[in-house]
Amino acid sequence: MLKQCEGSHAVAEAVALCRPEVICAYPISPQTHIVEGLGEMVKDETLQDCEFINVESEFAAMSVAIGSSAAGARTYTATASQGLLFMAEAVFNASGLGLPIVMTVANRAIGAPINIWNDHSDSLSMRDCGWLQLFAETNQEALDLHIQAFKLAEEISLPVMVCMDGFILTHAYERVDVPTQAQVDAFLPPYEPRQVLDPAEPVSIGAMVGPEAFMEVRYLAHARQVQALERIPQLAAEFKEIFGRDSGGLIRPYRCEDADTIVIAMGSVLGTLKDTVDEMREAGHKIGVLGIISFRPFPLVAVAAALKYCKRFVVLEKSLAVGIGGIVATNVRMAVTGMGLKGYTVIAGLGGRAITMKSLTAMLDKAGRDELELVTFLDLDWKAVNKQIEREKTHRKTGPVAEALLRDAGIVGARNY
Amino acid sequence: MSFQPVKFYQTGTFTVGNRLLAPEERSVQASGKRFNSINSGHRACQGCGEALGARYAIDAAMEATQGQLICANATGCLEVFSTPYPETSWQIPWIHSLFGNTAAVATGVAAALKIKQKKNPRAQEIRVIAQGGDGGTTDIGFGCLSGMFERNDDVLYICYDNGGYMNTGVQRSSATPPAARTATTMAVGPEPGNVFGQGKFVPAIAMAHEIPYVATATVADLRDLEAKVRRAMEFRGARYIHILVPCPLGWGTYSSETIKMARLAKETGIFPVFEAEHGEIKSALAIRRQLPVEDYLKPQKRYAHLFGKQPNVAVIAKLQALADRNIRKYKLLEGV
Repeated sequence: MLKQCEGSHAVAEAVALCRPEVICAYPISPQTHIVEGLGEMVKDETLQDCEFINVESEFAAMSVAIGSSAAGARTYTATASQGLLFMAEAVFNASGLGLPIVMTVANRAIGAPINIWNDHSDSLSMRDCGWLQLFAETNQEALDLHIQAFKLAEEISLPVMVCMDGFILTHAYERVDVPTQAQVDAFLPPYEPRQVLDPAEPVSIGAMVGPEAFMEVRYLAHARQVQALERIPQLAAEFKEIFGRDSGGLIRPYRCEDADTIVIAMGSVLGTLKDTVDEMREAGHKIGVLGIISFRPFPLVAVAAALKYCKRFVVLEKSLAVGIGGIVATNVRMAVTGMGLKGYTVIAGLGGRAITMKSLTAMLDKAGRDELELVTFLDLDWKAVNKQIEREKTHRKTGPVAEALLRDAGIVGARNY
Repeated sequence: MSFQPVKFYQTGTFTVGNRLLAPEERSVQASGKRFNSINSGHRACQGCGEALGARYAIDAAMEATQGQLICANATGCLEVFSTPYPETSWQIPWIHSLFGNTAAVATGVAAALKIKQKKNPRAQEIRVIAQGGDGGTTDIGFGCLSGMFERNDDVLYICYDNGGYMNTGVQRSSATPPAARTATTMAVGPEPGNVFGQGKFVPAIAMAHEIPYVATATVADLRDLEAKVRRAMEFRGARYIHILVPCPLGWGTYSSETIKMARLAKETGIFPVFEAEHGEIKSALAIRRQLPVEDYLKPQKRYAHLFGKQPNVAVIAKLQALADRNIRKYKLLEGV
């Protein structure tokens, strides 16, 4: 059924259609509307046979999820930013125990300085936690990926994060096609755990493992993710058969056929990039876009194949690996090892900084002439940055960096140095 | 030669291990039908109070639930000595997740079971226990514990309190008593051992949550411990039992004196044994013969610095005052 609704609401409806049995909720922007929506559905009994638990922290949210999943219940939670970091220990534990929990991450920057707006620092900081990470481009895809995520997680016994851009998607009202319960039931079978806490067949879950088997246990987690590389495109195809639309998969190329330059990105910025590329194509640039949907497992082979005939690639990412540059870019470089491609990293949109077509066009134009720096910070205010660097050379007690920058900008009315 | 009559020690007593009593009067542990939830062969130290406490507590809970029990376990001695794969002492479904999240994991298990029960009402009901040491309970796991209490989740949480982080080599926890020596409260300097005026007594905090049932127990009164576990399982919602379990390694006591030490903790008033319902004290186990705190402190190497050539009477008096306060507060001389 077509609906005009908020992204968070669309996700809440999708999760409810998946018949979750336990939902743990802890508020953090910009994820909160999702669990609010689910809480209402449980309370007014439109979502039945489901326990909705208001926990005391994100660490507890993931821990409750671990308990309920280990006891055989289909389990869901959602978080963002600081919340994801606060639950980090349990996030690793959930994947180590092989529990197919599904969690929405409404992508948001990580402090300090505290910032509630969108970038991908949160989930990418958890890139090695053993969870699968799927990135949605639109609200429709966010909705669809949740349905696929439960099936994928439960088939391979690993937890899945569905990542959607905070505010840009979670708070955007768009038209979405909400499937019927019958469609979801046809796609998603009931959860059958590989291991379950049951007095009829008592097992010990989560005991210590020494050096004699630890490597093998970890390798098998890796092997299961690699296995998911095959399963994810199949699931997208199965999904299309029932729901009639393309959603999910590993990667999504756009106008890449004869492209010399391919821009790679994840999430909602792909929309802006496609519009930019359309314009640049009209102006004669041979340029395309490659969206990465599955960041974990990372589709090395698929990315290499998509970049096979281009001359250069630009990774536009909303994350920063401080001290080296890009996170996604590092993964892409691994994929194209030995292919002799020129590669550029562009850090953009941190903490909600708008990524405009104008800036993208200028940057991509430069990339097309191979005049781009290896690591570029899109729309960085160099004047402000340089001023602070100078100040730190001459003054010892310069105070909080963010305050100094904003004071310089004149946004906070205060004395100047 | 005088005649010494032969007497069977167990005859006519309610000693916890007495198997000569009528079946209904035997303790769970003396019964041939005990579950052996935590089976023999584990790696606990000789004289481990926690192993003893866990054995009695979990078997009593198993009896109360006819074997329909799932247990979540915090990281710590109990988790380590009872497992490393491929071995496990646990004859019940058991999960270890992390150090600080056991109460929350148990909440999750209980939530899953509630839904399963709703979907299949004819299935036998399954109950949940969470357990951990004092570090996992009063310190790192405290947030999750308080959350579980506050939501009144249907979980019995059992804390085995040996007064420190014994698994990592005897460091101070918020349950380490004042003056006690640990690896992080060394017996050096002008105020040797753990400082006064710190720490917390989680049973009282549990009561402040007004949860249905809170009790304390020691491994000296094992019938009392079994009775409290049984009582706890009669309630729904959050329940808490805090068991004092002496640790020969951490306390510096003889392995053979674990039960004696637990008894001395109770008989001196150092550790009050009581039960409470919905935030109100319902009963206290009376001190049978009040003893001075020295009797409890002296055999323990963790207090050795109080008993040098010149006993530190000031500190001993402060500890005596704490015991006296417990006796007043929980009416331990008269019992309730």
